Amino acid sequence: MPSLLDIIPRGERVAGHRPWPRFVVTAQAWRHAAGEIGSGRATLLALWGDASAVPMVHLAMLEERSGEIAVISLACPDRKFPSVGAHAPPAIRPERAIQSLYGYEPVGGPDLRPWLDLGFWEVRHPLGARSKAPDAPPAYTFLPVEGESLHQIPVGPVHAGIIEPGHFRFTANGEAVVRLEQRLGYVHKGIESLMAGASIDQAAKLAARTSGDSTVAYGIAFAHAVDAALGIEAPPRARHLRALMAELERLANHFGDIGAICNDASFALMHAHCGVLREAVLRAAADSFGHRLMMDRVVPGGVATDLQRDGAGLIGDLLQQIRLQFPRLVELYDNTASLQDRTAATGIVSVELARQFGASGYVGRASGREFDARKTPGYAPYERLDFTVPVLTAGDVNARVWIRIREVEQSLALIEQILDRLPDGPIAVALEAGGGEGLGLAESFRGDVFAWVRLDGASVARCHLRDPSWFQWPLLEAAIEGNIVADFPLCNKSFNCSYSGHDL
Amino acid sequence: MRRTLFEGLVRRPLTEVPPSPDDGALAELAASVERAARRRLGRSLAIREVDAGSCNGCELEIHALNNAFYDLERFGLRFVASPRHADVLIVTGPVTRNMREALERTYAATPDPKWVVAVGGCAADGGVFAGSYGVVGGVAAVVPVDLHIAGCPPTPIELLRGLLALLERGSQG
Repeated sequence: MPSLLDIIPRGERVAGHRPWPRFVVTAQAWRHAAGEIGSGRATLLALWGDASAVPMVHLAMLEERSGEIAVISLACPDRKFPSVGAHAPPAIRPERAIQSLYGYEPVGGPDLRPWLDLGFWEVRHPLGARSKAPDAPPAYTFLPVEGESLHQIPVGPVHAGIIEPGHFRFTANGEAVVRLEQRLGYVHKGIESLMAGASIDQAAKLAARTSGDSTVAYGIAFAHAVDAALGIEAPPRARHLRALMAELERLANHFGDIGAICNDASFALMHAHCGVLREAVLRAAADSFGHRLMMDRVVPGGVATDLQRDGAGLIGDLLQQIRLQFPRLVELYDNTASLQDRTAATGIVSVELARQFGASGYVGRASGREFDARKTPGYAPYERLDFTVPVLTAGDVNARVWIRIREVEQSLALIEQILDRLPDGPIAVALEAGGGEGLGLAESFRGDVFAWVRLDGASVARCHLRDPSWFQWPLLEAAIEGNIVADFPLCNKSFNCSYSGHDL
Repeated sequence: MRRTLFEGLVRRPLTEVPPSPDDGALAELAASVERAARRRLGRSLAIREVDAGSCNGCELEIHALNNAFYDLERFGLRFVASPRHADVLIVTGPVTRNMREALERTYAATPDPKWVVAVGGCAADGGVFAGSYGVVGGVAAVVPVDLHIAGCPPTPIELLRGLLALLERGSQG
């Protein structure tokens, strides 16, 4: 197997980019790398713009077997760059976002419609060369659908449940969905523009509020990036406490999801019982770390709060409660044929699509993609903890439920090991002002969160955060095809993609 | 399943004792609720939740109001699927520019008398997102707000206190 560094033509290596290398490359090398992603020899990790010095685009990629990561950068002084999406479909939306946010055109891109910019901002290209937005934004054209007896169902941005806003345009033939097209960006808050120039503390708060359900994972990904940029390492106790919080967050979200998926199949009993377990986790989190969602507890350099004195005991009690109650809920799920009738063979994502899009989390793992950032590239303390990553290949709603069930079991085992081995010592190291660039990954309950920062003294010059949803949302469009409209909530909940994390 | 259902019958309920209404919230509500013909609605309020730009943290805790511990429906408060069925809009998030029109239209679709509860620090003044090109500001910058519930995100108990204040003050109206 060739190494990632062998398949991308190397250019000039950028000094101070840690822990993986970044190279400034030529347009030809950029196109070559796009082709490598298109052919499946590398996986797209992130694609983003940069206007700090000269207009530039960055592409992060992963070689799955070796776990090697590299970033390549292309200067585009004429605000044009060769489209990656022309070779690799997962790059299409990130490229459209680059065009809307920076005004850099992906030449040869298969879809040049705006993304995130819905025509309501006062400025065009807010992260690039800003200019006043036109008073009347051009109309947005949805993809054409042709055929007999088709009707369209527009849904959102305001949905019927207590959920985030986004627009879904269904085209159906009778009950069967022929095409779903998403239009997202409604909760775009301009986080990357607020990051630029923010102090590291303030930037960490913004990262923690990128997607509230993954606040710990975002905190860890951002901290990994900043720690790498500064060349510091959080102390062992802090690494363990970060992992402890991350696994509690995973438990809470998986319980919420398992219950909510069953609820969308009208099986409220499961929802009620999973809701009790979720609440138990949040209460234990509040008692142990002082906040139910553990927001702002992970910071660059370590953690902000140590485990409360009786925290280990409280979490031990929680594990006991879950070990008592959860197996019966699993049995309930497994033995309720009418529920499985809804979840099995519904909303299938093929193994090939999951691989092509580099889908992570339960969406990827239910469709054969084993990737888990805790294993590859891996980060402390997981290399010393014993756990497995469950993988299935059916790719349906049922498989996504089972992945969550298995991950709950793994998280319980992880929490036990972390508490057993929790080292003593400091919970943070002091941050020293410095330059440098850092890249970090962290495995949220949903998949891998990617963070990249460039520091300038004590503040952030540029930060890019990429939610796992970027490579999951497009697969939902594929999964629903041929299913009935009434199964959409079920499919959607089994993905539980983030709107806020995606819209940024 | 039978065992799970049976235990539900014989076990003591998990539901918490209701908290007392929030004093600060009562004061804020005094002006807004008394002016309305609240009596017509009795002690039952239908709530429509609108995420106008939140990070989703507030939604998680609003969701928790429906779990067995907080059981919002015992107070006559329930979430409905359409603003046309709602008495109260719970709005979260800094209002993004991309959501402003949707929020205005949701407010317009809610029949009078109606109340708006702004939930979370961002809904008060934009929070950490204030000043961005993508953000208008707090909820009050777009629609009139009757009650603010602070917190990042507010806990379910804090949410309950605020909503009970709305109910108390409302039924005296």
